[in-house]
Parts: sequence; structure tokens; C-alpha cells
Amino acid sequence: MQNKKELQKEQILRMSGVNPRKCMRCGKCSGTCPSYDEMEYHPHQFVYMVETGDLEPLMNSDSLYKCLSCFACVDRCPRNVEPAKLIEALRLTVIREKGKNHLKSDDIPALLDDEMPQQAIVSAMRKYSK
Amino acid sequence: MQRIGVFVCHCGTNIAGTVDVKAVAEALKFEPGVVVSTDYQYMCSQAGQEMIKEAIIENKLTGIVVCSCSPRMHEATFRKTAAAAGLNPYMVEIANIREQCSWVHKDIPTGTEKAIILGKAAIAKVNLNAPLTPGESPVTKRALVIGGGIAGIQTALDIADAGFPVDIVETKPTIGGKMAQLDKTFPTLDCAACILTPKMVDVATNDKIRIFSYSEVSEVNGFVGNFDVTIKRRARYVKEDICTGCGLCTEKCPQKKVPNEFNLNMDNRRAIYIPFAQAVPKVATIDPESCTMLKTGKCGVCSKVCTVGAIDYNAKDEFITEKYGAIVVATGFNPISMDKFDEYAYSQSKDVITSLELERLMNAAGPTGGTLLRPSDGEHPHTIVFVQCVGSRCDSCAEKGKEYCSKICCMYTAKHAMLIRDKYPDTDVYVFYIDVRTPGKNFDEFYRRAVEEYGVHYIKGMVGKVSPEGGKLKVRASDLIDGKQLNIDADLVVLAAAIEPDKSARPLATMLTASMDTNDFFTEAHPKLRPVESPTAGVYLSGTCQGPKDIPETVSQAGAAASMVIALLCKDKLTGNPCVAHSDEMMCNGCSTCEKVCPYGAITYIDKEFRMPDRTTKVRRVAQVNEAVCQGCGACTVACMSGAMDLKGFTNKQIFAEVDAICK
Repeated sequence: MQNKKELQKEQILRMSGVNPRKCMRCGKCSGTCPSYDEMEYHPHQFVYMVETGDLEPLMNSDSLYKCLSCFACVDRCPRNVEPAKLIEALRLTVIREKGKNHLKSDDIPALLDDEMPQQAIVSAMRKYSK
Repeated sequence: MQRIGVFVCHCGTNIAGTVDVKAVAEALKFEPGVVVSTDYQYMCSQAGQEMIKEAIIENKLTGIVVCSCSPRMHEATFRKTAAAAGLNPYMVEIANIREQCSWVHKDIPTGTEKAIILGKAAIAKVNLNAPLTPGESPVTKRALVIGGGIAGIQTALDIADAGFPVDIVETKPTIGGKMAQLDKTFPTLDCAACILTPKMVDVATNDKIRIFSYSEVSEVNGFVGNFDVTIKRRARYVKEDICTGCGLCTEKCPQKKVPNEFNLNMDNRRAIYIPFAQAVPKVATIDPESCTMLKTGKCGVCSKVCTVGAIDYNAKDEFITEKYGAIVVATGFNPISMDKFDEYAYSQSKDVITSLELERLMNAAGPTGGTLLRPSDGEHPHTIVFVQCVGSRCDSCAEKGKEYCSKICCMYTAKHAMLIRDKYPDTDVYVFYIDVRTPGKNFDEFYRRAVEEYGVHYIKGMVGKVSPEGGKLKVRASDLIDGKQLNIDADLVVLAAAIEPDKSARPLATMLTASMDTNDFFTEAHPKLRPVESPTAGVYLSGTCQGPKDIPETVSQAGAAASMVIALLCKDKLTGNPCVAHSDEMMCNGCSTCEKVCPYGAITYIDKEFRMPDRTTKVRRVAQVNEAVCQGCGACTVACMSGAMDLKGFTNKQIFAEVDAICK
């Protein structure tokens, strides 16, 4: 069991390219998050809980889908931790386990916009079914 | 043939833990020239040194090899030991069997084998060593201090107090630096001007100190004890020796709309100005960028009103060259630009200010006469948000900000918050912090007083965004302890901007050949044991040019730098390094390559007469090394194509002998 959890954590870190140890726990990500009030777990908690390996509550929480992927936290983090990328990796892990996306991949090209981070579109696929 | 003694040190278990020292001493006994080889627990101890001295005398040694730590640690010690026993100190070689051997190897056989090889190499070198005598150079008994802030002022005063003449070069029209712009100082809340201006007056009245204000260093030549420095005195268009500082010109100048940099551009000054009332020297300066007379030739009001005739529109930049024995760098700091921190709306709202701007807004001589008013509408702010660590402690790959902690922000923010709550008790003050760092005498007590007595709201968390909306500043931030996101309608937001070294520091470091770190702070010779010296001999560091520090720390470092300078200037002669380049005139082909690569300008070419075998004379161009200027870097010996250049103490022959001994 311990091994599975460790493996999952490592997978999430590799997928996202995030190193949560760089976090200095300033909370600027949560201070800037527009979805803060909608979330049970907040961006800084995502980073902290992934680091401590406390993944279960995060993966079962609705907070995963409340993240707008607006990348404000990525833009403003003084330590370049990139919480939104970590949240996206968690979302992907859940989807892989359950095997369902909320948006058809064929619909994506029509939604592309040069201004928007590519990852925001990808994460939209996991969150919305419009 | 040399008679060599080998001394192998245990260094406790530092060396003996991974190297079989007895085996090393035994193995080296049979090397050519070795007459005695022994080991001892601590060679650098008094007893160890006595042992070396006795061995030198007893065995009539002509050279010794000490197998011990890095020569950086104890080469000087063992050279002194040898000298005390009558041996030329340059007949001592160190085989570094600690840093380069025992510390990097784990098992004893490998460590021992390498220690023996390193010992053999050193013995091979000593066999070719020749006694060297260092030259002497005189010391110019005058110091140069670059920068006239509190660091430069204190250093200059301390040096002058010991009786040596000092020159201060300051780029601004007045000395005083950042401290002159501050309102109060922590943790005692003394008024900055009240404690700084007496020192500025001391500088002005001290007959040992000359101030070159509105000037900069443009060229540095020479070496420790003998620097030749060219100082550019920028034209201030006012004769410094005649101007009385009455200030009439600064009142009558019709050009009124020049941003006042002393008040961080929050109000305006005239084109002719004196930065502040207590300026030293109290002399007006014309800003050529804004002066109508200098730009169009039509005005001349200041010249008409000046009662002593001090205005000189035809003034030109002047260059003066002076000799110095020592140079102290005290170039100071600046807050970083807030341009890249869009999330705090610094460029969008006048009511988002930096802490240094707040100092001016609270200062009685500032743009608001000391009443805290919002820059946008002149109203009293009722809710003030302080943001800590803006641009400090950022990731090294981040596009904005600095990796280091700026050190002074926690304390000055506590000071600002406390002063505001004291003067305007109806104001709500929030401080967003990541950590409160208050190591320092009476510092934590000071911060606690802000919280406990003055009721400043300290919130652990960071401000994520500031948006100007309807005359207010909407501040969105996190409260990490309460687990909440806060939305505060603030009237004023104060950013504790990170500090960075002054921009003049890097070109100056190049001129001084002094080293810097990646953040452009000057590097000290040793981070713990030589904190006020640059690795470049004769160059000393004072204040924030070396790293972020507050006023008490700056003043103590300034005093320390001054004492190092005094110790240098007290000497009549400096002993040079005898390991300098030497050219064999018979082999030199006069190609000038060495002259071009020499970073110190130590090589010149002369035409010299040589007697030929057929008894005629021939004039040839040959290289000559100025041994006082040569630093022994060896660049010329590498560049020399005819093999004429050699470095004393590190000749090509000696190096090859070492390599041969290692490869054998």
C-alpha cells in the first residue's frame, strides 16, 4: 500500500514537472486564487499535501474540478512551484483511474486560443462537458 | 643536491583516518634528496613546528616538504617556521594530502597511495627550488573610499581619526546616501537625520577628508599600496569653493517641474538644486538635462541672483589622478524596480508605494511635510496593507526578483507599522508576512511591541493581487493560519521591495579586478574570517555592497574595513610576492605577446644592446617585467612562444618535474 502511494506521488510529480520542495509556504498562490472560496483544499494545500504524500483526500475532493486553470498561481509564485500544473496532474491521475473525460478530444481544436495556456484547454477536457 | 626533510601530518583523524601516515613517511624516505622523513599528529602545532625547526638545523636541510592540508591554510605557517630555522621560506613545499586526498577518498589503500604520489611530486619540485627573496614596495599613505553613504562616511571618519588622509568619491551631489532619505531608524526609533547629519558635518570639517561629490571613479591602475586612480568630477556648473549654499538660486530658478529624485520623484525640484537642507557639501548643482540656459542658452536667472558669482555655465567635466594605498568600496544598494510585479499594481496606482517612498512620505522634510497622505488624492489613509518579501526569496529561475533575503525589510516594516499606529491610531495596519526574521539585538522585542502594544495585524500569508477600484485598492490575500482568503479594501499598499547592489558596482569591480557573486554583491576574501577584505589585495568592503545589512551592521563593518586600511597604511613598505614572472633576455624574440596578455600591465619592452660572439653589439627588443606590479598569474609564461618567460617558484621545469613524479 505504502509503495502504491509512493509510486502515485512520484508519477504525479513527474507528470507535472513540479518540485513541491521548492515551496516556501508563503501562500501567495492561495492569496491570488479566484476559486478559493469554492475549494475545500486550496492551492498551497495541494502543494503541501502532495509533498507529504497525503493524496487520497485531494483525489476525492471536488476542489480538483474547481481549479479554473487560470494559471494566476503559476504566474505569481515567487518560487516557480507552479501549483496549477500539480493540480492538473492530480486530475489526470483521477481520470486515468476512472477512465472518463468530460469533453471529447475532437472538440478541442475548435476551442484553441493563442492567448490561453495549452494546458488550460487540456485541463478543461477533464472538467467540463459542454 | 638538496637535503630534504619530509614531514607528514596526521591532522588528528582528518588525514590519519584515511591515509596510513606512517607508511607515507616510510615510502618517501627513499626519494632523491630526502634525508629525513617523519610523521606527527599536528604539524601546525607549536610542538610540530619545533620538530621541523630542529630537523632543519640538525640535518642541515636545504628544503622541506610538509604533507598536510591545503597551502591556503598553513603554507604561511610553515614558511615562517622554516625562516625561523634559517631556511629560505620559498624552499618549503606543501603536499596537500587532506583536501585533495584524505577528504575525498574513503578507503585507506587508495588514500595512502595518492598521498605518497603527492608527496613525491612535492619532493621533485623542491629538488629544483631556488631561494627567493621578495621585493618591497612603498605604501602611499592615503585611502580612497568609493561611496558616501553611512558605510563610506564611517570608514572615512575612522581612517581619518588614525591620522591618514582619506578621499570620498560620491556620485550624488551630496554625501549621506540612503540613510539621509530615511525617517526613523529601528529598533530605537532615532531620527535618521539626527544621527547621520552630525557625522556628515564631521566629514565636512575634518581636514584629513576630501569629498569629491558629483564624481565617479573612471580608472584604476596599480596594486596594493600603490593605486593610481582617475576620478571624473562631473561639471556641476557651480563653483564649489565659492558657492555659499544660500539657496537663492534654487528658489528663483524658473524650471520648476523637475522630478525630485531625493523624494523618489514624488514632488518636484528646480533645475538648480541642493538635494536637502543638511547636504554636504552644501553647494548647488545644475542638472544639465533640465536647465534651460544649458540647453538653449536663454535664461541665466541663477547667475543673475547669485550674490557671489558662483555660477559657471561653461564648466566642463574634470579628471584628476591621485595615488592611494588602499581602496574601500562602499557603493551601497537600491530597491529593485517594481515594474515586473504587475500583480501589485505599482505602475497602475499612485497609492501603491515602496517602503523607501513611505520613508519620504513620513519624513518632515518629505513631499508632505511628514503628514502621511495618499499620493493620489492627499487624503489620510485609514487602511494600510504592507506586503513583505516583494522580490526577495524568489526562485533562481524566476524572471523577477532575487534569490536572497533582503534582511532589512522585516524590521523596517515593523517600524513603519508601529509609527503609523502611534501617530494615527484610527488606522488599520495589516502586515502580510511569510516569516518574520528579526535576529539582532532588541529586534524581536521591537517586532513584538508592534504586535502587542500597537495592535498591528500580522497575518501569515501573502498578497496575491492588488486591484485599484473606485479610489480604493482591493487587496486579495491568504491567511494561512485561519485558512481563509481575505479581501481588504485598502487606502495605501506598501511594498517591501528587495534591495540590490548599486548599478555602479559591476563596472567598478571590473576596474578593481575585485570579484563579485552572481547577484553583483562584492565577494569577501573569506566568508567568515576575512569578511571586509576583497580577495584583491588592498581593496576593502564596507556596507551593503557586500550583502544586505542594516545600519548597525554597516557601521561595524565600516569600522572593521577602516581598521584593515589603517593596518595597511601604518606600514612603510609592503613585502611583495617573489613568485613573479622573469624573462630570459637571451631567448626573448621581442614578439610582444606577453605584453598583450598581461592583465596587470607589468610587462614593457625595451631596446637593449647585446654583445654578439663576434664582439659586435646588436640592439634587440626584449621584454622586461616590473616585479612590483606582477601578480604571478603566469599568463605570460603560457603565451610566450620562445619559452623565455618563466614564473619564479613555478618554473616550467618545476611543474614538469611534478608531473613526471606523478606519472612515474
